[in-house]
Amino acid sequence: MNRHLLSSADLTRDDVRMLLATASEMHEVQHRDVKKLPTLRGRTVINLFFEDSTRTRSSFEIAGKWMSADTINITGKGSSASKGESLRDTVRTIDAMSVDAIVIRHMASGAAHQVSQWVDASVINAGDGTHEHPTQALLDAYTIEQRLGDLDGARVAIVGDLTHSRVFRSNAITLRTLGAHVTLVAPPTLMPSGIASWAAADGLELTDDLDAVLASGPDAVMMLRVQRERMSGGFFPTAREYTVGFGLTRERLRALSDANPEAVICHPGPMNRGLEISADAADAAQSLVLDQVSAGVAVRMSVLYHLLAGEGAVA
Amino acid sequence: MTRADTTVPPGHPLDPSGRTVLSASDVSRALRRIAHEILEHNKGADHLVLLGIPSRGVELAHRLADLVREVEGTEVPVGSLDITMHRDDLRHQPTRAPMHTTIPPGGIDDKVVVLVDDVLYSGRTIRAALDALSDLGRPRAVRLAVLVDRGHRELPIRADHVGKNLPTSHSEKVQVRLAGHDGGEDVVRIAGGDAR
Repeated sequence: MNRHLLSSADLTRDDVRMLLATASEMHEVQHRDVKKLPTLRGRTVINLFFEDSTRTRSSFEIAGKWMSADTINITGKGSSASKGESLRDTVRTIDAMSVDAIVIRHMASGAAHQVSQWVDASVINAGDGTHEHPTQALLDAYTIEQRLGDLDGARVAIVGDLTHSRVFRSNAITLRTLGAHVTLVAPPTLMPSGIASWAAADGLELTDDLDAVLASGPDAVMMLRVQRERMSGGFFPTAREYTVGFGLTRERLRALSDANPEAVICHPGPMNRGLEISADAADAAQSLVLDQVSAGVAVRMSVLYHLLAGEGAVA
Repeated sequence: MTRADTTVPPGHPLDPSGRTVLSASDVSRALRRIAHEILEHNKGADHLVLLGIPSRGVELAHRLADLVREVEGTEVPVGSLDITMHRDDLRHQPTRAPMHTTIPPGGIDDKVVVLVDDVLYSGRTIRAALDALSDLGRPRAVRLAVLVDRGHRELPIRADHVGKNLPTSHSEKVQVRLAGHDGGEDVVRIAGGDAR
């Protein structure tokens, strides 16, 4: 595996399989009384978050702490960045303190990649703009496999705002890496430009007909968050209209379980209940939303372990 | 370790680089004796838990449990204890994938835990196992059973039950193959080093 985790595309199928297998062993630690492993003792992990986050940041922090790394959180608001320091100066300052890993979330696409060229530490992309969020894709794959078994050959639909979704980009890549069939569902206004050529090259299906996809009985349906903070561009007329066309409503939940009683539902969170997902769907037995959060810690432990524990990891 | 360049797969009976030190029946006799020793030492099978260290230790722990059942008619809980995350040489090796830790439903608190491994060498694996164990509970006592003790300890650790003491040199490699794990017949071989 690479020294950094910047994009899901950097991970081979073997890498993903190894990360998920380790995550499964780490998941067991979560159920112990003493949730502590000495594995990363003496390592320092900086969580550098320029965007808000609950689950990603806290799960990276918990993951590091359970493996005995020292984890420190820096947010954009409370740091020198708010005094006008450039990203380059901020990360080089942090790197000068000899940290082992920088987990970064930034509003600019490509920020993690850029940072990896400025520092000696391992860089983990925890979300860069509308580009990628590789650990989310790993934990989604992990969660679905825990319930359904191997994703090879499984059919997964990803539904919602594809244009602004880094979760979708990483997920589509990782799911394809694992051999799943991926169908992308979005209103034409929220299909990213150029998606057709990517879809053709990587074997992704494109459609704007959610009902037809649900009726075909996919194994998993991944709902994406409608990112209200990025919705100023008039992508759809009203929230109500979005729900009618692309929300996982009670009726659609029923249609899905009629077509495939085993089908599961994922959402990366935070959910807009009543907009892209109804309360019935979010709290249904098929919903893996809380399993995803629980898996987040195990998957991030696995990532930190493989990047930081072994020989050749930065000292 | 260097192995003679040959088309015979390593571990095969015709592999010229190794010599057999324990045959299948030797292994079976040694395990039977260890099972008896454990029971004798513990005065029966009460409170016993067998924890194998992956991967071959787990297979051995299951075999010992079968033998205890034969002798005593009691079911002894068996688990596995992975020590990867507790190793002291993580930084000196490529990253290893951790293996299963399974603690039997009764837990290990106030139990007599017998750690089971195939080869005892530097003692560092057992040191790591003792650390891993302390995160999982507080056994009444911890004992160690190994199929082969090859010497060269680097820590003050010894085994309570040993299948076979094998004097070896550092340059040699002790190779354990178990029917349930590697296929073929049980065998312990020494390979490499100077001809002896």
